[in-house]
Amino acid sequence: MGKILSYLKKYWWQIILVIVFVAIQAHTDLTLPEYMSKIVDTGITNSDMDYIIKVGIEMILLTLVGVVSTIIVGFFSAKISSGLAKSLRKDVFESVSNFSSEEINKFSQSSLLTRTTNDIQQIQMAIFMVLRMLLMAPMMGIGGITKVVKNSPSLTWIIAISVAALFIILILLFSIAMPKFKILQKLIDRLNLVTRENLTGLRVIRAFNKEEYQEQKFNKASKDLTSVNLFVNRVMIILQPATMLIMNITTIAVIWFGSQYVDSGTLQIGDMMAFIQYSMQIMISFMMLSMLFVIVPRASISANRIKEVLNTKSKIKDSKNPKLPERENIGNIEFNNVSFSYPDSDEAVLNDISFIAEKGKTTAFIGSTGSGKSTLINLIPRFYDVTDGEILVNGIDVRDYKLSDLRDYIGYVPQKGILFSGTIKSNIKYGNDNLSDNEIENVAKVSQSYDFIMEKDNKYNTEISQGGKNVSGGQKQRLSIARALAKNPAIFIFDDSFSALDFKTDRVLRKELKNYTKDATVLIVAQRISTIMNADKIIVLDEGKIVGMGKHKDLLKSCKIYKEIALSQLSKEEL
Amino acid sequence: MHGRNNISKNTKVKDVKKTIKGLLKYLKPYSIQIFFVLLFSIGSTILMIWGPKILGKATTKLFEGIMYKKISPLGFIDFDYIFTILSLLLLVYIISALLRYIQEFVMNTISQKISYNLRSQISVKINKLPLKYFDKNTYGDVLSRVTNDVDTISNNLQQTLSNIVSAIVTLIGVLIMMLSISPLLTLITILTLPIATILVGIIASRSQRYFKNQQRMLGKINGHIEESYSAHEVIQAFNAQDKTLDKFNRYNNELYTSAWKSQFLSGLMMPILNFVSNIGYVGVCILGGYSVIKGKIQIGDIQAFLQYVRQFNQPIMQVSQIANVFQSVMAASERVFEFLDEKEEVKEIENPIILDDLKGEVIFDHVNFGYDKDNIIIHDFNAKIKPGQKVAIVGPTGAGKTTLVNLLMRFYELNSGSIKIDGIDITNMKRENLRKTLGMVLQDTWLFNGTIKDNIAFGKLDANDSEIIEASKEADADHFIRTLPEGYNMMINEDGSNISSGQKQLLTIARAFLANPGILILDEATSNVDTRTEILIQDAMSKLMEGRTTFIIAHRLSTIKDADIILVMDNGNIVEQGNHESLLKKKGFYYNLYNSQFETTN
Repeated sequence: MGKILSYLKKYWWQIILVIVFVAIQAHTDLTLPEYMSKIVDTGITNSDMDYIIKVGIEMILLTLVGVVSTIIVGFFSAKISSGLAKSLRKDVFESVSNFSSEEINKFSQSSLLTRTTNDIQQIQMAIFMVLRMLLMAPMMGIGGITKVVKNSPSLTWIIAISVAALFIILILLFSIAMPKFKILQKLIDRLNLVTRENLTGLRVIRAFNKEEYQEQKFNKASKDLTSVNLFVNRVMIILQPATMLIMNITTIAVIWFGSQYVDSGTLQIGDMMAFIQYSMQIMISFMMLSMLFVIVPRASISANRIKEVLNTKSKIKDSKNPKLPERENIGNIEFNNVSFSYPDSDEAVLNDISFIAEKGKTTAFIGSTGSGKSTLINLIPRFYDVTDGEILVNGIDVRDYKLSDLRDYIGYVPQKGILFSGTIKSNIKYGNDNLSDNEIENVAKVSQSYDFIMEKDNKYNTEISQGGKNVSGGQKQRLSIARALAKNPAIFIFDDSFSALDFKTDRVLRKELKNYTKDATVLIVAQRISTIMNADKIIVLDEGKIVGMGKHKDLLKSCKIYKEIALSQLSKEEL
Repeated sequence: MHGRNNISKNTKVKDVKKTIKGLLKYLKPYSIQIFFVLLFSIGSTILMIWGPKILGKATTKLFEGIMYKKISPLGFIDFDYIFTILSLLLLVYIISALLRYIQEFVMNTISQKISYNLRSQISVKINKLPLKYFDKNTYGDVLSRVTNDVDTISNNLQQTLSNIVSAIVTLIGVLIMMLSISPLLTLITILTLPIATILVGIIASRSQRYFKNQQRMLGKINGHIEESYSAHEVIQAFNAQDKTLDKFNRYNNELYTSAWKSQFLSGLMMPILNFVSNIGYVGVCILGGYSVIKGKIQIGDIQAFLQYVRQFNQPIMQVSQIANVFQSVMAASERVFEFLDEKEEVKEIENPIILDDLKGEVIFDHVNFGYDKDNIIIHDFNAKIKPGQKVAIVGPTGAGKTTLVNLLMRFYELNSGSIKIDGIDITNMKRENLRKTLGMVLQDTWLFNGTIKDNIAFGKLDANDSEIIEASKEADADHFIRTLPEGYNMMINEDGSNISSGQKQLLTIARAFLANPGILILDEATSNVDTRTEILIQDAMSKLMEGRTTFIIAHRLSTIKDADIILVMDNGNIVEQGNHESLLKKKGFYYNLYNSQFETTN
């Protein structure tokens, strides 16, 4: 909470203004009944019409002051809370942008997303509520009590009892309903889960004729939800009539006991009537205060979740003394005894890996899932840091680079074709804003995207929706290849980037790529052996170790695992 | 989360009349209860309104007593009378509170029951809709109808109904009470009404605009954040952090402006209404004071009147709130009804032919089909598959290889022609009977949140443990299942991420073994499966195929070569059919496809 509150510092004078105007607002609200009692006690009793008008005008002026204060309070509350949310959102987003994959995985993407959106939204709401309403409650409460004590001390005990009764009811209801709220959330999740299951499994459910079974499952979840909902609601709807009743009984008590004091001459009727108004205001302010118990815990959970993100600093940083590579070394990659294990895990994903990928050559990686091939190439752009050993890119340890310099040398094509919302053009130009239209067409042709782009109505200006939902998996992969080509880097990394392509496209693409990347170093991870069998060097990985290195023909003879993979994918005569 | 925002905030109702009719249909079974709810609501409201009037009597008596005492030493305050009045008042308040509770209790029960019914109907409906529907609508959309929309209805229905009644009754009741005290004072109060309405209207429409803007920006910024987080490696690899941040800042600034403006404007409503009502209040004080002096009105009545003035403003605020709530209920109901009214699958035939003792012959007879009526993709397809034959379906990605599966399973209806199994047209069979005959193992494996055992038993719910284990053994899944933490009782988690995709495929094969279908539809694994599991899957699949007519969506040439019939698909259509040799001789599409993979790039 503290960290979040420090964001409020910037708004200190606005907050002071808010407090001042809330005080004014509370004051006007509290003095209004006094004017009313003046009208009754002095004006009406003495039949003094001028007095009544005079006091009436004062009352209107007073309400005007009150309204203006409320508006000012509303203005600043809105600005402060939205402004705070804006800066928080920016800071959280910026820190996440600089996270390495390690930190992202630690939090998980979806958790980071809710932290940046919902949690901040919660804080914004909480701050707005506190400034706008809750600040008022203690002022009204304290102000009201002082007024009451000053005007008619003899009746204050009634208020004490009423407030106590109010609290007892609140605590009672919440203590019954609270535990059920948690269950409720779980049941809603369960209902969502079953529905999602029904939808995603539509074909399978129909294929196995299990519609009724799924409906029963759904109905059970739905029934559970309904019964808990009924219980919680039946408890919570007591609140409103009960509090109304307490307030009304308070009024009755004030009149009954007040009239006795009036009889004995210790209280004036006007004061008694003002007292009724005060007691209502005091009780409302206590009711408002009770909202703090709902808002503050919720907001502080959110605040902590945000704080965790802001306090996390990426372990992967620019080198303090960044080096620049020698010209003749550009394109060479060397792994020296590299080992890697994910944080919080003892098991090594990569174990003592050493190899050299030469400039202008294609090096391919193959192995079963979990063999560590994707992890291996993710170490080159420094998404993670090695646990042991070193990786030299262009002859320099990746940790001695300025991160952006290192990544400028690399054209990376991710496993899933990830595109950004925008147009096809903006996606191709993503890594290189200065690309000419001719160059765009060229990379589109090489990546085998040209034909399908031309089929679209708006060609290069076709909109890509969020997550690239409006293009197919194969098209996404081809566009991400085009994007990497456009950067014209010294090193290409293809992380299983051909998997969604059919044989034919795959083959043509590889042929074109071969020409285009003639001078560049190419690293390819693949599942299909046909994709990599012509590489200059094939590295076979198994359980994080290199178990074979060489050309296709040699590996078939020397490497058992390679042969196994090849046999499973190719027929005898193709080998 | 983000999807939810986008979908449920669309509150425009297309057909109000129809939606109201629909809602009334659901309310009808509860008309007796609702009648009592309305009655109670009227009752409790009248009592609440009556309260101040009674209270006023007590105050008047007190005032009279005091004045009396001032003039005459014999004067006294009539405490007995006050006591009676106050006792009556206490009773009125208690009854009113009780009525209010009962009314909400009943209404709550009704709305929960209605939402339970709606949910059940949606769930049943999901299974009755043709798959076509889901080609056009996202799962997220249906999901949000089941949860968000039904929730909106149940949470707000209760509020709207009783609140509208009590607001109207309050308005009328208060008006009557005020008139009975003083028509002149009432006039002053009513005069504030149009002012208040105009002001509320102006503010509401403006704040609505900013509010919509805010929702829109929120959607945009959430989308951008989602995109940036999920693509963070690409962003970093392309050094595009600044670019991403620029866009974010642009959205963030716009969001900030619309957020504070909408918050500020909607916050204006209360103080301004208060001010208007205070002016009326002061007016009543001044005029009322004058009337008391003139002896036209009693002091207690003034006091009561002042309370009525306060109450008079409440229903106005309430109505403007309810209007909003009501709109969202209508929008939600419309979306739910729309879903429930969707066209269902073609009805089952009246006298279905029951197929037992299956031989496994499949005939495609002049089949024409298109996912859209105007876009026929399969033209006049004919094929005869003898019992036990293997049919390989091949073609480039996106060629529509699953279309045939969809037609065989009767997930979609043919445009013309027929598909016959053992000579019986599949439309003459019950879907259940047809689907029992066919076993399907698809690449996108579907497992649900339950134990491994439950997931296998999905193929045959009444299977006992030994049958399940037997099926797993046949599918080569038994071994890996036993190495899992809790073996057959291990829970598959919600997204099925606690076992590998290869293992998932083995489980679905075990499921098919257990179901023991006569005809098989298989989808060969292509990616994301490690070599060893892949060999296991292949073995299990070929075991499963033994002696069964099989359709395979094939990716491996060895499988394709062994097939009795190869159906070559491109752009949704079946372009060639025959066996490997005959198709190669043809030198057509298949010939190209076959050669393309093994031509080397050198």
